[in-house]
Amino acid sequence: MGFLIENFGAIFFFLVAALTVAGAVGVVTLRNPVHAALALLETFVMVAILFILRHAEFLAAVQVLVYAGGIMVLYLFVIMLVKVKDLRAEDAFLLNIAPLAVLGGVLLGALLAAGILLGTMAAGDGAVAALQTIGDETVGNTEAVGWLLFTKFLVPFEVVSVVLLVAMIGAIVFGRRDAALSGPGEGVEP
Amino acid sequence: MWVDLIVIGVKLAFGLVVLLTTVPIMVWVERRGSALIQDRLGPNRVGPLGLFQPIVDVVKLLAKEVITPAGVRPLLYILAPAIAVIVALSTFIAIPIGKDSGLELFGHAVNGFIVAPDLNIGLLYVFAIASFGVYPLLLAGWSSDNKYALLGGVRASAQAISYEIAMIIAIVGVLMSSGTLRLQQIVDAQSGVWMGFLPHWNVFSQPIGALIFMVAVFAETNRLPFDLPEADAELVAGYHTEYSSIRFAAFYMSEYLHMTVAASLVTVLFLGGWNLPWIDIPFEGWAGALLSMGVFGIKVATLLWFFVWVRWTLPRFRYDQLMALGWKVMVPLAVLNFLWVGVAMALGYM
Amino acid sequence: MDHYVPILIFTLIAVSVPIIILMIAKVVRFGSYDPVKAEPYECGIEATSFALDTRFSIRYYLIAVLFVVFDVETIFLFPWAVVFDELALFGFIEMMVFLAILLVGYLYAWRRGALEWA
Repeated sequence: MGFLIENFGAIFFFLVAALTVAGAVGVVTLRNPVHAALALLETFVMVAILFILRHAEFLAAVQVLVYAGGIMVLYLFVIMLVKVKDLRAEDAFLLNIAPLAVLGGVLLGALLAAGILLGTMAAGDGAVAALQTIGDETVGNTEAVGWLLFTKFLVPFEVVSVVLLVAMIGAIVFGRRDAALSGPGEGVEP
Repeated sequence: MWVDLIVIGVKLAFGLVVLLTTVPIMVWVERRGSALIQDRLGPNRVGPLGLFQPIVDVVKLLAKEVITPAGVRPLLYILAPAIAVIVALSTFIAIPIGKDSGLELFGHAVNGFIVAPDLNIGLLYVFAIASFGVYPLLLAGWSSDNKYALLGGVRASAQAISYEIAMIIAIVGVLMSSGTLRLQQIVDAQSGVWMGFLPHWNVFSQPIGALIFMVAVFAETNRLPFDLPEADAELVAGYHTEYSSIRFAAFYMSEYLHMTVAASLVTVLFLGGWNLPWIDIPFEGWAGALLSMGVFGIKVATLLWFFVWVRWTLPRFRYDQLMALGWKVMVPLAVLNFLWVGVAMALGYM
Repeated sequence: MDHYVPILIFTLIAVSVPIIILMIAKVVRFGSYDPVKAEPYECGIEATSFALDTRFSIRYYLIAVLFVVFDVETIFLFPWAVVFDELALFGFIEMMVFLAILLVGYLYAWRRGALEWA
């Protein structure tokens, strides 16, 4: 019991990490597309909890709001719109290259782990403190992010608006063309 | 350590009991209120003024047959009402329902009547959890194997996400004027007087934001005039057509829980929380704590009555009107609201 | 991290409440099974097609995409709003540029009828 309480943080982390991976595995193995989508949702939520464990609370909230609240809803809409039934079994070809894919995945994972390890060693624990401060003043994580975003990372922020604009226009162009094709009397507006 | 956990436990139990008690009360208020508005008697047989009617209703729902139609996807079909209740309950813990008046319990600071007092993303937490509210609608619609349910579910989710945008933009003004996401500080920022004679509540300084938020709340809780997902006349009962007995009760319960949470949120963000108009009271000790909770409760109760009043007064929108209102009117107005707050703050009015 | 412990506990409680409620349905059982009762509800007439064969308007999809775009946009408003006082005029102008670019997209969506529902 004493061991559990002392190491609660570590145990909790590994539990969440395991659930994250389990969800990700579920996404590619579940046959029912909606079940797979919900497994992905579970992964998103667990990643948000990992963000909280690293004191990046704003990022955690954004993760849930955008991915769980927005993008997953879009996925589910698409699944319903195109009436995906349960998926077929994979072709033999795909099963044959499965070992190669696993190998590639392990290599990629090792590369990422090494990169993160080196990065953490270089930055040290000061990086966590930076998530909560403006200058020397201690504030909330959101305030710190806001301050950095609108001073140091101003140009990337403004570029984001252009990216969003492109995304919006792209969606409308695709959406309207399909609408025009799908039924009589449905033309593209000028 | 253990004292901490006990204090947390007491607060959790308190919050849960308060929240769950509002459900039967609201069921009674809705039934009596609709009767009052429609000039009929309403339930008046069970107990004085029909006060025990909700209990009888629960027993009736429990005694109904649980029917699982043949074509449903069992897992998702059960999951949908469960998620609905979970979302409604978890959003409530971040909302402060009384002032932190320096109380101590077993020699340990209580930190006010809020279960998670130091959450520095307070409001974002509420909205993040609330964004899960779309899933019960979608999953119930999809898993029911029923055309009405499917149409209702897709409609409901499209409506929910459309109004979520306006809702989120509407609170940006509140964040600007209070400069924090912590809900307790947002309430504290609304004490005192504004422009010399009005209470410094956000509803007076940002009336457009308050209106937009209120309308969006109606749409998010699927209440009339925005109850198109259910729309009895065309969709039977919408996404919960195939639900019976206790499973339907879970949906029903979540609707009232959502209403209570939404009313509390409106009170915190726009109606000054536990602040009394014009009177400045330093809420201290047990008396102060109870008083602040009382003030908060009165505001929430008034809003809940407003929900009932509107439901039995207004007719339903048409779906295209609903979408046009959401995207073409609410979003631009919400942006206008925070622009106004920005200008007013720059000129020193706020 | 301590202040997330109550949230964790309450989430567990919140998850168990509906489970308990729905378990009641398993324990208390009334009535009997009948194949007619298990049919999907459809005005008393036999169902002619499966529900999932229903065709949907592409607009639902379009609304979902627009929602994601606007959701990301509003996310940027939050950190801006809480430090609005410190950022002063410069921050205000930055946000106006951001909004102006997105306004183009909004007006385009309006003009192309993506916000129409008829």
